[in-house]
Amino acid sequence: MNVITDLVDKAKELVSEATLSPRPAPPIPYGMLAELTHRCPLQCPYCSNPVELDRRNVELDTETWLRVFSEAAKLGVLQVHLSGGEPTARRDLEQMIRHCVEVGLYTNLITAGVGVTPERLQSISDAGIDHVQLSFQGATAEVTDKVSNFRGAHERKLAVAREVRRLGLPLTVNSVVHRANIHQIPAFIELALELDAKRIEIAHSQYYGWALRNRGALMPTRDQVFWALDVVEEARVRLKGRLTIDAVVPDYYAKYPKPCMNGWGRQSLNVTPSGRVLPCHAAETIPNLDFWNVRDHSLSDVWLNAPSFNAFRGTDWMPELCQSCERKEVDWGGCRCQAMAIAGDAAATDPACHKSPLHAHLLALAEADAATGEAEYDYRRYSVPDRNN
Amino acid sequence: MTATFAATDVPKLARGVRLRHDDARGQWVLLAPERVLNPDPVAVEILKRVDGARSIDVIVDELASAFTVDRDRVATDVDAFLAGLAEKGMVELRPAVIGDAAS
Repeated sequence: MNVITDLVDKAKELVSEATLSPRPAPPIPYGMLAELTHRCPLQCPYCSNPVELDRRNVELDTETWLRVFSEAAKLGVLQVHLSGGEPTARRDLEQMIRHCVEVGLYTNLITAGVGVTPERLQSISDAGIDHVQLSFQGATAEVTDKVSNFRGAHERKLAVAREVRRLGLPLTVNSVVHRANIHQIPAFIELALELDAKRIEIAHSQYYGWALRNRGALMPTRDQVFWALDVVEEARVRLKGRLTIDAVVPDYYAKYPKPCMNGWGRQSLNVTPSGRVLPCHAAETIPNLDFWNVRDHSLSDVWLNAPSFNAFRGTDWMPELCQSCERKEVDWGGCRCQAMAIAGDAAATDPACHKSPLHAHLLALAEADAATGEAEYDYRRYSVPDRNN
Repeated sequence: MTATFAATDVPKLARGVRLRHDDARGQWVLLAPERVLNPDPVAVEILKRVDGARSIDVIVDELASAFTVDRDRVATDVDAFLAGLAEKGMVELRPAVIGDAAS
């Protein structure tokens, strides 16, 4: 009897607490990056995949991916980015695209293009892909082949780009820029126009995982970075209506940090080949975060309840320096992975911010790296070759 | 104001552009490469009729009668709206072909 009364009282307490102080409605994610595989023919030294790559035998099966896409659509995700590694390495890619279309998801294919035949592209187009993003590691064959460590990659990419447009699919040229190709930005833009792309991404390399390992060979000088910003701005104005230019800024030389992911657990999520759900693709560089797996949880359960998603969601977690800043809901505290990499504390102010006590240190690191003249890369690859590949 | 398009032109959304209702947020969205746009209620009514079959004339007729508004004003608004989307590459227009007149 007492126990029942207790429970009833307890329930009343919970109800009134919930009524008095409702938790803010959780945000609804717009986008999901689906890393279907880490297998890839290219070996770009700034790859956004983790240093420890998932092997084929731990990849999610088709059925699980289809369930995840259904759950994503139900959760409110509007766009799915089918990525990798190289997503076309998955034979069931077309089946996944058809399923995404069925549940109303907008599908982007993010591909390196190498090894994608015209027949395969036709089949991907028939499945209903909405948009193709094709990476170029350089604006010329010499640079693309060197950076991707794949002879002949550039020529194959050109052929794929033409085929994408022949099929009437919208094309984005994705270029990651760093010391070896930053001078080619005007040429990247010309290439995009020549290939009839409506959009180009010019993303400065972001230094986590592989890129952090290769920072000495990748970091541009301050002069190069500021020249690049001017070139992009000028091109944006000149090509308005012809080519959309989206830029990911280099933050080592910046005054304010980038609003990483537009806020942790706010707009997007990332599912790895083996099913771990991450707030961003580099989040695993932060130790002691509990990442849940789609094998054990529904996507909505992960989004709402996983400790990893709630760790830096909103502004409550912020240190005083960020709490008292008028930009706290502009920058969202910058990047947690960068705070981890440079400050050794994922909850610290992003050192890219000029208010951070480590800001000068970050700048010094960039300047020292840019001056090394290092030209050899530690290419992205499995530590022991993947025999199942 | 001069219209950008002929009234007999037939607009359709470009490949890679889709209009759908977003149930989770209770709104219509226009999806494009790396973009999510929130069309206002008027834009939604126009976009629902941009199907590659109806001509601009037909769309304007439908809107003018559905909302009992001045037809000339609707025509001006639709033309300007489509011109904006066409500049972004989100809408394509083709001239009327024989057979369209019946629709």
